[in-house]
Amino acid sequence: MGMNITEKILARGSGKTRVSPDDVIFANVDKAMIHDVSGPGVIAVFEKLNKQGIKIERLWDPSKVWVAEDHFVPSADKISAQNIVMLSEFTKKFGIEKHFKYGMGQYGICHTLSHEEAMVLPGEVYVGGDSHTNTTGALGAFAAGFGHTDIAYVLLHGKIWFKVPETIYFKLNGKLPSHVMAKDYILKIIGDIGTDGSAYKTMQFAGSGVSEMSVEERLTLTNMTTEAGAKSGIIEPDKKIKEYLAARGATKYNEVHGDSDAQYSKVYEYEAAELEPIVAKPYSPENIQVARELSSIPLDKAYIGSCTGAKLEDLQAVAKILKGRKVKIRTEVLPAAISIFKKAMDKGLVKIFLDAGVVVGPPTCGACCGAHMGVLAKDEVCISTTNRNFPGRMGHVESQTYLASPLVVAASAVTGKITDPRDLK
Amino acid sequence: MKGSVIKYENDNIDTDVILPGPYLKIHDYNELAKHAMEGLDKDFHSKVKEGDFIVAGRNFGCGSSREHAPIALAYSGVKAVIALSFARIFYRNAVDGAFLLPIEIDEDAYKDISDGDMLEIETAKNEIKNITKNQIYKMRPFPELIGKIIAAGGLFKYKPD
Repeated sequence: MGMNITEKILARGSGKTRVSPDDVIFANVDKAMIHDVSGPGVIAVFEKLNKQGIKIERLWDPSKVWVAEDHFVPSADKISAQNIVMLSEFTKKFGIEKHFKYGMGQYGICHTLSHEEAMVLPGEVYVGGDSHTNTTGALGAFAAGFGHTDIAYVLLHGKIWFKVPETIYFKLNGKLPSHVMAKDYILKIIGDIGTDGSAYKTMQFAGSGVSEMSVEERLTLTNMTTEAGAKSGIIEPDKKIKEYLAARGATKYNEVHGDSDAQYSKVYEYEAAELEPIVAKPYSPENIQVARELSSIPLDKAYIGSCTGAKLEDLQAVAKILKGRKVKIRTEVLPAAISIFKKAMDKGLVKIFLDAGVVVGPPTCGACCGAHMGVLAKDEVCISTTNRNFPGRMGHVESQTYLASPLVVAASAVTGKITDPRDLK
Repeated sequence: MKGSVIKYENDNIDTDVILPGPYLKIHDYNELAKHAMEGLDKDFHSKVKEGDFIVAGRNFGCGSSREHAPIALAYSGVKAVIALSFARIFYRNAVDGAFLLPIEIDEDAYKDISDGDMLEIETAKNEIKNITKNQIYKMRPFPELIGKIIAAGGLFKYKPD
Protein backbone atom coordinates (compact mmCIF):
# COMPACT_ATOMS: atom_id res chain seq x y z
CA MET A 1 0.00 0.00 0.00
CA GLY A 2 1.49 3.30 -1.08
CA MET A 3 1.52 6.73 0.50
CA ASN A 4 -0.06 9.95 -0.69
CA ILE A 5 1.92 13.20 -1.06
CA THR A 6 1.17 14.42 2.47
CA GLU A 7 2.21 11.13 4.06
CA LYS A 8 5.41 11.07 2.00
CA ILE A 9 6.39 14.60 3.00
CA LEU A 10 5.70 13.87 6.67
CA ALA A 11 7.56 10.54 6.48
CA ARG A 12 10.62 12.32 5.09
CA GLY A 13 10.24 15.09 7.69
CA SER A 14 10.16 12.61 10.54
CA GLY A 15 12.91 10.36 9.19
CA LYS A 16 10.61 7.36 8.77
CA THR A 17 10.15 5.11 5.77
CA ARG A 18 6.40 5.33 6.11
CA VAL A 19 3.72 7.04 8.15
CA SER A 20 -0.01 6.39 8.27
CA PRO A 21 -3.00 8.50 9.31
CA ASP A 22 -3.27 8.95 13.09
CA ASP A 23 0.45 8.29 13.68
CA VAL A 24 1.76 10.96 16.04
CA ILE A 25 5.19 12.13 14.91
CA PHE A 26 7.71 14.88 15.48
CA ALA A 27 8.66 16.21 12.05
CA ASN A 28 11.51 18.50 11.09
CA VAL A 29 10.37 21.80 9.68
CA ASP A 30 11.82 23.27 6.48
CA LYS A 31 10.32 26.77 6.75
CA ALA A 32 8.56 28.73 9.47
CA MET A 33 6.74 32.04 9.25
CA ILE A 34 5.61 34.64 11.79
CA HIS A 35 3.82 37.95 11.31
CA ASP A 36 2.94 41.02 13.37
CA VAL A 37 0.37 39.09 15.43
CA SER A 38 2.06 35.72 15.94
CA GLY A 39 5.54 37.30 16.12
CA PRO A 40 4.86 39.35 19.26
CA GLY A 41 3.17 36.19 20.60
CA VAL A 42 6.42 34.25 20.08
CA ILE A 43 8.36 37.09 21.71
CA ALA A 44 6.06 36.86 24.76
CA VAL A 45 6.72 33.09 24.98
CA PHE A 46 10.49 33.71 24.84
CA GLU A 47 10.19 36.36 27.57
CA LYS A 48 8.29 33.91 29.75
CA LEU A 49 10.99 31.28 29.21
CA ASN A 50 13.64 33.86 30.07
CA LYS A 51 11.85 34.57 33.35
CA GLN A 52 11.97 30.83 34.06
CA GLY A 53 15.73 30.96 33.60
CA ILE A 54 15.81 29.54 30.07
CA LYS A 55 17.90 32.02 28.15
CA ILE A 56 17.34 32.04 24.41
CA GLU A 57 20.33 33.25 22.48
CA ARG A 58 19.86 31.65 19.09
CA LEU A 59 17.20 30.13 16.91
CA TRP A 60 17.35 26.69 15.37
CA ASP A 61 18.03 28.16 11.92
CA PRO A 62 17.36 31.84 11.18
CA SER A 63 17.74 31.20 7.43
CA LYS A 64 14.60 29.04 7.50
CA VAL A 65 12.48 31.63 9.29
CA TRP A 66 10.77 34.49 7.53
CA VAL A 67 8.66 37.37 8.73
CA ALA A 68 5.73 39.32 7.32
CA GLU A 69 4.07 42.52 8.47
CA ASP A 70 0.44 42.29 7.41
CA HIS A 71 -2.33 42.39 10.01
CA PHE A 72 -2.11 45.86 11.56
CA VAL A 73 -0.08 47.64 8.88
CA PRO A 74 0.41 50.41 7.97
CA SER A 75 0.45 50.68 11.77
CA ALA A 76 -3.13 51.14 12.84
CA ASP A 77 -2.40 52.73 16.23
CA LYS A 78 0.24 53.00 18.95
CA ILE A 79 0.10 49.37 20.06
CA SER A 80 0.40 48.06 16.49
CA ALA A 81 3.31 50.42 15.84
CA GLN A 82 5.04 49.07 18.93
CA ASN A 83 4.51 45.49 17.74
CA ILE A 84 6.20 46.36 14.44
CA VAL A 85 9.17 47.85 16.32
CA MET A 86 9.36 44.69 18.48
CA LEU A 87 9.35 42.53 15.37
CA SER A 88 12.27 44.46 13.87
CA GLU A 89 14.25 44.15 17.09
CA PHE A 90 13.52 40.42 17.15
CA THR A 91 14.69 39.75 13.59
CA LYS A 92 17.81 41.86 14.15
CA LYS A 93 18.66 40.08 17.40
CA PHE A 94 18.29 36.60 15.94
CA GLY A 95 19.70 37.30 12.49
CA ILE A 96 16.53 36.67 10.46
CA GLU A 97 17.18 38.23 7.07
CA LYS A 98 13.89 37.55 5.31
CA HIS A 99 11.79 40.23 6.93
CA PHE A 100 9.34 41.93 4.56
CA LYS A 101 8.88 45.39 6.06
CA TYR A 102 6.09 47.64 4.90
CA GLY A 103 7.27 50.81 3.24
CA MET A 104 10.57 49.19 2.33
CA GLY A 105 9.93 47.54 -1.02
CA GLN A 106 8.17 44.23 -1.29
CA TYR A 107 5.78 43.43 1.53
CA GLY A 108 2.28 42.02 1.77
CA ILE A 109 0.06 39.40 3.29
CA CYS A 110 2.17 36.48 4.51
CA HIS A 111 0.36 33.80 2.49
CA THR A 112 0.71 35.87 -0.66
CA LEU A 113 4.43 36.40 -0.09
CA SER A 114 4.83 32.66 0.48
CA HIS A 115 4.16 32.10 -3.22
CA GLU A 116 4.99 35.49 -4.76
CA GLU A 117 8.48 35.32 -3.26
CA ALA A 118 8.81 31.52 -3.47
CA MET A 119 9.44 31.41 0.27
CA VAL A 120 8.15 27.85 0.37
CA LEU A 121 8.98 25.10 -2.11
CA PRO A 122 7.43 21.79 -3.21
CA GLY A 123 8.04 18.89 -0.84
CA GLU A 124 8.73 21.07 2.20
CA VAL A 125 7.21 20.96 5.67
CA TYR A 126 6.05 24.53 6.22
CA VAL A 127 4.50 25.89 9.40
CA GLY A 128 3.13 29.38 9.86
CA GLY A 129 1.75 31.37 12.75
CA ASP A 130 -1.52 31.93 10.94
CA SER A 131 -4.48 29.70 10.14
CA HIS A 132 -4.42 30.32 6.39
CA THR A 133 -0.92 28.86 6.11
CA ASN A 134 -2.76 26.03 4.28
CA THR A 135 -2.71 28.31 1.21
CA THR A 136 0.84 27.42 0.27
CA GLY A 137 0.00 23.73 -0.05
CA ALA A 138 -0.98 24.57 -3.63
CA LEU A 139 2.75 24.53 -4.42
CA GLY A 140 3.02 20.90 -3.32
CA ALA A 141 4.28 21.55 0.22
CA PHE A 142 2.79 20.35 3.50
CA ALA A 143 1.60 23.66 4.92
CA ALA A 144 -0.27 24.08 8.20
CA GLY A 145 -1.11 26.85 10.64
CA PHE A 146 -0.23 27.00 14.34
CA GLY A 147 -0.53 29.22 17.38
CA HIS A 148 2.45 31.13 18.69
CA THR A 149 3.53 28.64 21.39
CA ASP A 150 3.96 25.94 18.74
CA ILE A 151 5.79 28.35 16.44
CA ALA A 152 8.07 29.44 19.31
CA TYR A 153 8.85 25.75 19.84
CA VAL A 154 9.67 25.36 16.13
CA LEU A 155 11.94 28.42 16.16
CA LEU A 156 13.94 26.84 18.99
CA HIS A 157 13.87 23.16 18.10
CA GLY A 158 13.21 23.04 14.33
CA LYS A 159 10.51 20.44 14.74
CA ILE A 160 6.95 20.04 15.98
CA TRP A 161 4.47 17.26 16.64
CA PHE A 162 1.83 16.31 14.11
CA LYS A 163 -0.89 13.75 13.97
CA VAL A 164 -0.58 12.43 10.43
CA PRO A 165 -3.86 13.48 8.81
CA GLU A 166 -6.25 11.44 6.75
CA THR A 167 -6.54 12.84 3.24
CA ILE A 168 -9.81 13.65 1.53
CA TYR A 169 -9.38 13.61 -2.23
CA PHE A 170 -11.29 16.10 -4.36
CA LYS A 171 -11.29 15.18 -8.03
CA LEU A 172 -12.23 18.26 -10.01
CA ASN A 173 -13.20 17.56 -13.59
CA GLY A 174 -13.20 20.00 -16.48
CA LYS A 175 -12.45 23.64 -17.05
CA LEU A 176 -14.41 26.30 -15.18
CA PRO A 177 -16.89 28.39 -17.19
CA SER A 178 -15.68 31.99 -17.61
CA HIS A 179 -18.11 33.39 -15.03
CA VAL A 180 -17.04 30.90 -12.34
CA MET A 181 -13.84 31.08 -10.31
CA ALA A 182 -11.93 28.86 -7.88
CA LYS A 183 -13.61 30.82 -5.08
CA ASP A 184 -17.01 29.51 -6.21
CA TYR A 185 -15.56 26.01 -6.26
CA ILE A 186 -14.23 26.09 -2.72
CA LEU A 187 -17.38 27.76 -1.36
CA LYS A 188 -19.43 24.99 -2.98
CA ILE A 189 -17.17 22.35 -1.41
CA ILE A 190 -17.34 23.98 2.05
CA GLY A 191 -21.12 24.18 1.68
CA ASP A 192 -21.18 20.46 0.93
CA ILE A 193 -18.86 19.22 3.68
CA GLY A 194 -19.35 21.95 6.33
CA THR A 195 -16.96 24.04 8.39
CA ASP A 196 -15.73 20.95 10.22
CA GLY A 197 -16.09 18.65 7.21
CA SER A 198 -12.35 18.26 6.96
CA ALA A 199 -11.42 18.79 10.61
CA TYR A 200 -7.94 17.43 11.36
CA LYS A 201 -7.69 16.18 7.76
CA THR A 202 -5.93 17.19 4.58
CA MET A 203 -7.86 18.25 1.50
CA GLN A 204 -6.06 17.26 -1.68
CA PHE A 205 -7.24 18.64 -5.02
CA ALA A 206 -6.55 16.87 -8.29
CA GLY A 207 -8.00 16.13 -11.71
CA SER A 208 -8.25 17.92 -15.02
CA GLY A 209 -9.97 20.86 -13.35
CA VAL A 210 -6.88 21.50 -11.27
CA SER A 211 -4.48 20.99 -14.19
CA GLU A 212 -6.48 23.55 -16.16
CA MET A 213 -6.42 26.01 -13.29
CA SER A 214 -3.75 28.71 -12.93
CA VAL A 215 -1.44 28.62 -9.93
CA GLU A 216 -3.15 31.65 -8.36
CA GLU A 217 -6.59 30.04 -8.69
CA ARG A 218 -5.27 26.83 -7.10
CA LEU A 219 -4.07 28.95 -4.17
CA THR A 220 -7.67 30.09 -3.62
CA LEU A 221 -8.74 26.44 -3.25
CA THR A 222 -6.08 25.56 -0.68
CA ASN A 223 -6.48 28.91 1.12
CA MET A 224 -10.04 28.18 2.16
CA THR A 225 -9.45 24.57 3.21
CA THR A 226 -9.01 26.30 6.58
CA GLU A 227 -12.71 27.18 6.51
CA ALA A 228 -13.54 23.47 6.24
CA GLY A 229 -11.44 22.86 9.36
CA ALA A 230 -8.61 21.21 7.43
CA LYS A 231 -5.11 20.79 8.81
CA SER A 232 -3.75 21.43 5.34
CA GLY A 233 -4.67 21.67 1.70
CA ILE A 234 -2.41 20.28 -0.97
CA ILE A 235 -2.02 19.91 -4.73
CA GLU A 236 0.67 17.82 -6.39
CA PRO A 237 3.15 20.03 -8.25
CA ASP A 238 3.13 20.06 -12.06
CA LYS A 239 4.63 22.00 -14.96
CA LYS A 240 2.70 25.16 -14.07
CA ILE A 241 4.12 25.16 -10.55
CA LYS A 242 7.61 24.60 -11.94
CA GLU A 243 7.24 27.56 -14.31
CA TYR A 244 5.67 29.75 -11.62
CA LEU A 245 8.55 29.09 -9.23
CA ALA A 246 11.23 29.38 -11.92
CA ALA A 247 9.87 32.84 -12.77
CA ARG A 248 10.59 33.67 -9.12
CA GLY A 249 14.11 32.27 -9.18
CA ALA A 250 13.41 28.95 -7.47
CA THR A 251 14.52 25.91 -9.42
CA LYS A 252 16.10 23.63 -6.82
CA TYR A 253 13.75 21.54 -4.69
CA ASN A 254 12.62 17.98 -4.24
CA GLU A 255 9.13 17.48 -5.63
CA VAL A 256 7.07 14.83 -3.91
CA HIS A 257 4.27 12.87 -5.59
CA GLY A 258 1.89 10.35 -4.15
CA ASP A 259 2.06 6.67 -5.08
CA SER A 260 -0.45 5.32 -7.57
CA ASP A 261 -1.87 3.05 -4.86
CA ALA A 262 -2.01 5.77 -2.20
CA GLN A 263 -4.93 5.72 0.23
CA TYR A 264 -7.53 8.44 0.70
CA SER A 265 -10.17 8.39 3.43
CA LYS A 266 -12.83 9.74 1.09
CA VAL A 267 -13.16 10.81 -2.53
CA TYR A 268 -15.42 13.56 -3.85
CA GLU A 269 -15.90 14.32 -7.51
CA TYR A 270 -17.05 17.62 -9.02
CA GLU A 271 -17.87 18.73 -12.56
CA ALA A 272 -16.82 22.31 -13.35
CA ALA A 273 -19.54 22.72 -15.94
CA GLU A 274 -22.22 22.30 -13.25
CA LEU A 275 -20.93 25.16 -11.09
CA GLU A 276 -22.52 28.56 -10.77
CA PRO A 277 -21.42 31.74 -8.98
CA ILE A 278 -21.91 31.04 -5.25
CA VAL A 279 -22.19 33.30 -2.24
CA ALA A 280 -21.67 32.38 1.44
CA LYS A 281 -24.20 34.28 3.53
CA PRO A 282 -23.68 35.54 7.09
CA TYR A 283 -22.54 34.09 9.43
CA SER A 284 -20.66 31.07 8.12
CA PRO A 285 -18.63 30.10 5.05
CA GLU A 286 -20.76 26.94 4.79
CA ASN A 287 -23.97 28.95 4.50
CA ILE A 288 -23.95 29.00 0.70
CA GLN A 289 -26.51 29.91 -1.93
CA VAL A 290 -26.40 30.53 -5.65
CA ALA A 291 -25.70 34.25 -6.28
CA ARG A 292 -28.69 34.62 -8.61
CA GLU A 293 -31.07 33.64 -5.83
CA LEU A 294 -29.80 36.52 -3.71
CA SER A 295 -30.18 39.32 -6.24
CA SER A 296 -32.56 41.27 -4.01
CA ILE A 297 -30.01 41.72 -1.21
CA PRO A 298 -28.92 45.39 -1.02
CA LEU A 299 -25.30 46.09 -0.08
CA ASP A 300 -23.40 48.95 1.52
CA LYS A 301 -19.90 47.97 0.60
CA ALA A 302 -17.70 45.79 -1.61
CA TYR A 303 -14.28 44.66 -0.40
CA ILE A 304 -11.59 43.21 -2.63
CA GLY A 305 -8.62 42.20 -0.53
CA SER A 306 -6.90 39.45 1.52
CA CYS A 307 -4.79 36.38 0.82
CA THR A 308 -7.89 34.76 -0.67
CA GLY A 309 -9.07 37.41 -3.10
CA ALA A 310 -6.48 40.04 -4.00
CA LYS A 311 -3.94 38.19 -6.11
CA LEU A 312 -3.19 39.52 -9.59
CA GLU A 313 -5.82 37.35 -11.32
CA ASP A 314 -8.41 38.36 -8.72
CA LEU A 315 -7.71 42.01 -9.54
CA GLN A 316 -7.85 41.24 -13.27
CA ALA A 317 -11.26 39.64 -12.81
CA VAL A 318 -12.48 42.72 -10.94
CA ALA A 319 -11.07 45.04 -13.60
CA LYS A 320 -12.78 43.05 -16.36
CA ILE A 321 -16.12 43.92 -14.75
CA LEU A 322 -15.33 47.49 -13.66
CA LYS A 323 -13.81 48.66 -16.95
CA GLY A 324 -15.96 51.54 -18.22
CA ARG A 325 -18.41 51.18 -15.31
CA LYS A 326 -18.95 53.04 -12.02
CA VAL A 327 -19.44 51.53 -8.60
CA LYS A 328 -22.71 52.21 -6.82
CA ILE A 329 -21.50 51.37 -3.29
CA ARG A 330 -18.29 51.99 -1.33
CA THR A 331 -15.69 49.73 -2.90
CA GLU A 332 -12.15 49.06 -1.72
CA VAL A 333 -9.35 47.24 -3.52
CA LEU A 334 -6.27 46.29 -1.52
CA PRO A 335 -3.76 44.24 -3.55
CA ALA A 336 -2.31 41.44 -1.41
CA ALA A 337 1.34 42.37 -1.98
CA ILE A 338 3.36 45.28 -3.37
CA SER A 339 4.56 43.12 -6.29
CA ILE A 340 0.91 42.53 -7.22
CA PHE A 341 0.11 46.22 -6.78
CA LYS A 342 2.93 47.04 -9.22
CA LYS A 343 1.72 44.52 -11.79
CA ALA A 344 -1.79 45.92 -11.43
CA MET A 345 -0.36 49.38 -12.15
CA ASP A 346 1.61 48.15 -15.16
CA LYS A 347 -1.44 46.42 -16.62
CA GLY A 348 -3.61 49.52 -16.20
CA LEU A 349 -5.88 47.91 -13.60
CA VAL A 350 -5.39 50.62 -10.99
CA LYS A 351 -6.59 53.27 -13.44
CA ILE A 352 -9.68 51.17 -14.17
CA PHE A 353 -10.40 50.94 -10.44
CA LEU A 354 -9.92 54.66 -9.82
CA ASP A 355 -12.02 55.58 -12.87
CA ALA A 356 -14.79 53.36 -11.50
CA GLY A 357 -14.71 55.26 -8.22
CA VAL A 358 -12.95 52.62 -6.14
CA VAL A 359 -10.47 53.48 -3.40
CA VAL A 360 -7.19 51.56 -3.77
CA GLY A 361 -5.22 50.86 -0.61
CA PRO A 362 -1.97 49.25 0.52
CA PRO A 363 -1.60 45.52 1.21
CA THR A 364 -2.97 44.62 4.65
CA CYS A 365 -5.12 42.02 6.39
CA GLY A 366 -6.86 45.12 7.85
CA ALA A 367 -10.58 44.92 7.30
CA CYS A 368 -10.65 41.18 6.52
CA CYS A 369 -10.13 40.50 10.22
CA GLY A 370 -12.03 43.55 11.40
CA ALA A 371 -8.84 45.20 12.60
CA HIS A 372 -8.61 48.53 10.77
CA MET A 373 -8.84 50.33 7.45
CA GLY A 374 -12.34 49.72 6.17
CA VAL A 375 -14.13 47.90 9.02
CA LEU A 376 -17.93 47.63 9.02
CA ALA A 377 -20.43 49.58 11.12
CA LYS A 378 -23.50 48.11 12.86
CA ASP A 379 -25.96 46.75 10.27
CA GLU A 380 -23.63 47.45 7.34
CA VAL A 381 -23.74 44.78 4.67
CA CYS A 382 -20.58 43.93 2.76
CA ILE A 383 -19.76 41.60 -0.12
CA SER A 384 -16.18 40.48 0.06
CA THR A 385 -13.52 38.42 -1.69
CA THR A 386 -12.18 37.36 1.74
CA ASN A 387 -12.52 34.03 3.55
CA ARG A 388 -14.59 34.38 6.74
CA ASN A 389 -17.93 35.91 7.69
CA PHE A 390 -18.42 34.95 11.32
CA PRO A 391 -20.20 37.51 13.54
CA GLY A 392 -17.99 40.58 13.90
CA ARG A 393 -15.34 39.24 11.55
CA MET A 394 -15.08 42.43 9.51
CA GLY A 395 -16.22 44.92 12.11
CA HIS A 396 -19.34 45.38 14.24
CA VAL A 397 -20.82 42.14 15.55
CA GLU A 398 -24.12 43.08 13.87
CA SER A 399 -22.54 43.86 10.49
CA GLN A 400 -22.94 41.26 7.74
CA THR A 401 -20.47 39.84 5.26
CA TYR A 402 -21.28 37.85 2.13
CA LEU A 403 -18.30 35.94 0.72
CA ALA A 404 -17.99 35.68 -3.05
CA SER A 405 -15.62 35.51 -6.00
CA PRO A 406 -13.91 38.65 -7.32
CA LEU A 407 -16.25 38.56 -10.35
CA VAL A 408 -19.38 38.49 -8.17
CA VAL A 409 -18.04 41.14 -5.79
CA ALA A 410 -17.20 43.46 -8.70
CA ALA A 411 -20.56 42.92 -10.40
CA SER A 412 -22.30 43.58 -7.07
CA ALA A 413 -20.27 46.78 -6.58
CA VAL A 414 -21.68 48.03 -9.89
CA THR A 415 -25.35 47.32 -9.08
CA GLY A 416 -25.33 47.73 -5.28
CA LYS A 417 -27.02 44.34 -4.96
CA ILE A 418 -25.71 40.79 -5.04
CA THR A 419 -25.17 40.17 -8.73
CA ASP A 420 -24.18 37.21 -10.90
CA PRO A 421 -21.65 38.60 -13.41
CA ARG A 422 -23.74 37.14 -16.26
CA ASP A 423 -26.64 39.43 -15.33
CA LEU A 424 -24.68 42.66 -15.58
CA LYS A 425 -25.93 44.90 -18.36
CA MET B 1 -10.94 19.79 39.32
CA LYS B 2 -14.31 21.31 40.21
CA GLY B 3 -16.09 24.17 38.55
CA SER B 4 -19.44 25.50 37.48
CA VAL B 5 -20.73 25.51 33.94
CA ILE B 6 -21.29 28.36 31.54
CA LYS B 7 -23.13 26.66 28.69
CA TYR B 8 -23.51 27.86 25.11
CA GLU B 9 -25.72 25.65 23.02
CA ASN B 10 -23.89 26.60 19.84
CA ASP B 11 -21.83 24.68 17.33
CA ASN B 12 -18.89 26.34 15.56
CA ILE B 13 -18.11 28.92 18.24
CA ASP B 14 -15.32 30.60 16.31
CA THR B 15 -12.24 32.51 17.35
CA ASP B 16 -13.71 35.76 15.98
CA VAL B 17 -16.34 35.70 18.75
CA ILE B 18 -14.07 34.16 21.41
CA LEU B 19 -11.60 37.01 20.97
CA PRO B 20 -12.40 39.49 18.20
CA GLY B 21 -9.74 40.50 15.64
CA PRO B 22 -9.17 44.10 16.75
CA TYR B 23 -7.65 42.81 20.03
CA LEU B 24 -5.02 40.64 18.32
CA LYS B 25 -2.49 43.43 18.69
CA ILE B 26 -2.75 43.10 22.50
CA HIS B 27 -0.34 40.78 24.30
CA ASP B 28 -1.30 41.73 27.87
CA TYR B 29 -3.16 38.57 28.84
CA ASN B 30 -5.28 40.17 31.56
CA GLU B 31 -6.37 42.84 29.11
CA LEU B 32 -7.33 40.14 26.57
CA ALA B 33 -9.46 38.45 29.25
CA LYS B 34 -11.69 41.54 29.42
CA HIS B 35 -12.75 40.87 25.83
CA ALA B 36 -13.25 37.10 26.00
CA MET B 37 -16.42 35.85 24.29
CA GLU B 38 -17.30 39.46 23.44
CA GLY B 39 -18.72 38.53 20.06
CA LEU B 40 -21.17 36.01 21.52
CA ASP B 41 -21.94 37.04 25.08
CA LYS B 42 -21.43 40.62 26.23
CA ASP B 43 -21.97 39.57 29.87
CA PHE B 44 -19.30 36.87 29.87
CA HIS B 45 -16.63 39.00 31.50
CA SER B 46 -18.91 39.99 34.38
CA LYS B 47 -20.28 36.51 35.04
CA VAL B 48 -17.23 34.23 34.61
CA LYS B 49 -15.52 33.08 37.81
CA GLU B 50 -12.16 31.49 38.53
CA GLY B 51 -12.42 27.75 37.91
CA ASP B 52 -15.45 27.83 35.58
CA PHE B 53 -15.95 25.44 32.68
CA ILE B 54 -17.42 26.37 29.32
CA VAL B 55 -19.68 23.75 27.76
CA ALA B 56 -20.41 24.03 24.04
CA GLY B 57 -21.29 22.07 20.89
CA ARG B 58 -19.35 20.96 17.85
CA ASN B 59 -16.14 22.45 16.39
CA PHE B 60 -15.36 24.81 19.26
CA GLY B 61 -12.63 27.33 18.40
CA CYS B 62 -12.85 27.10 14.64
CA GLY B 63 -11.36 29.88 12.54
CA SER B 64 -8.08 31.57 13.19
CA SER B 65 -4.85 30.30 14.76
CA ARG B 66 -4.90 33.10 17.34
CA GLU B 67 -3.64 31.74 20.63
CA HIS B 68 -5.32 34.82 22.08
CA ALA B 69 -8.54 32.77 22.12
CA PRO B 70 -7.56 30.13 24.73
CA ILE B 71 -5.45 32.78 26.52
CA ALA B 72 -8.43 35.14 26.91
CA LEU B 73 -10.55 32.29 28.30
CA ALA B 74 -7.79 31.02 30.62
CA TYR B 75 -7.06 34.48 32.01
CA SER B 76 -10.81 34.91 32.58
CA GLY B 77 -10.55 31.95 34.94
CA VAL B 78 -11.81 29.19 32.63
CA LYS B 79 -10.04 25.91 33.40
CA ALA B 80 -11.63 23.67 30.79
CA VAL B 81 -13.78 23.82 27.69
CA ILE B 82 -16.02 20.77 27.44
CA ALA B 83 -17.37 20.36 23.92
CA LEU B 84 -18.64 17.83 21.39
CA SER B 85 -15.53 18.52 19.29
CA PHE B 86 -12.77 21.09 18.78
CA ALA B 87 -11.11 22.79 15.85
CA ARG B 88 -7.54 21.59 15.63
CA ILE B 89 -5.54 24.77 16.22
CA PHE B 90 -7.60 25.83 19.24
CA TYR B 91 -7.11 22.33 20.68
CA ARG B 92 -3.32 22.38 20.18
CA ASN B 93 -3.01 25.92 21.51
CA ALA B 94 -4.96 25.04 24.65
CA VAL B 95 -2.74 22.00 25.31
CA ASP B 96 0.70 23.12 24.10
CA GLY B 97 0.46 26.47 25.90
CA ALA B 98 -1.05 24.75 28.98
CA PHE B 99 -3.88 27.27 29.07
CA LEU B 100 -6.91 25.05 29.66
CA LEU B 101 -8.15 21.49 29.15
CA PRO B 102 -10.07 20.78 25.93
CA ILE B 103 -12.39 17.92 26.84
CA GLU B 104 -14.59 16.05 24.40
CA ILE B 105 -17.87 14.53 25.50
CA ASP B 106 -20.71 12.75 23.71
CA GLU B 107 -24.11 14.07 22.73
CA ASP B 108 -25.94 12.58 25.75
CA ALA B 109 -23.61 14.22 28.25
CA TYR B 110 -23.77 17.49 26.32
CA LYS B 111 -27.58 17.50 26.46
CA ASP B 112 -27.66 16.57 30.14
CA ILE B 113 -25.33 19.31 31.39
CA SER B 114 -27.12 22.59 32.18
CA ASP B 115 -25.87 26.11 32.64
CA GLY B 116 -24.81 26.56 36.26
CA ASP B 117 -24.26 22.82 36.99
CA MET B 118 -21.32 22.03 39.25
CA LEU B 119 -18.98 19.51 37.61
CA GLU B 120 -15.90 17.63 38.72
CA ILE B 121 -13.46 16.55 36.02
CA GLU B 122 -11.41 13.47 36.80
CA THR B 123 -9.03 13.06 33.89
CA ALA B 124 -7.32 10.05 35.49
CA LYS B 125 -10.62 8.16 35.25
CA ASN B 126 -11.76 9.86 32.05
CA GLU B 127 -14.90 10.87 33.90
CA ILE B 128 -16.90 13.98 34.54
CA LYS B 129 -19.11 13.99 37.61
CA ASN B 130 -22.17 16.23 37.57
CA ILE B 131 -22.46 17.06 41.26
CA THR B 132 -25.65 19.06 40.78
CA LYS B 133 -27.44 16.28 38.91
CA ASN B 134 -25.64 13.32 40.50
CA GLN B 135 -24.60 11.93 37.13
CA ILE B 136 -21.35 10.55 35.76
CA TYR B 137 -20.33 11.03 32.12
CA LYS B 138 -17.45 9.53 30.18
CA MET B 139 -15.02 11.98 28.60
CA ARG B 140 -13.07 11.01 25.52
CA PRO B 141 -9.59 9.98 26.74
CA PHE B 142 -6.75 12.26 25.68
CA PRO B 143 -4.56 10.75 22.96
CA GLU B 144 -1.29 9.51 24.46
CA LEU B 145 0.94 12.42 23.46
CA ILE B 146 -1.69 15.01 24.47
CA GLY B 147 -1.97 13.39 27.88
CA LYS B 148 1.80 13.56 28.30
CA ILE B 149 2.00 17.21 27.28
CA ILE B 150 -0.82 18.10 29.69
CA ALA B 151 0.89 16.18 32.49
CA ALA B 152 4.19 17.97 31.76
CA GLY B 153 2.53 21.38 31.90
CA GLY B 154 2.79 22.32 28.23
CA LEU B 155 4.91 21.61 25.17
CA PHE B 156 8.01 23.43 26.41
CA LYS B 157 8.11 21.31 29.56
CA TYR B 158 7.44 18.07 27.74
CA LYS B 159 10.50 15.93 27.02
CA PRO B 160 10.02 13.69 23.97
CA ASP B 161 10.89 10.04 24.63
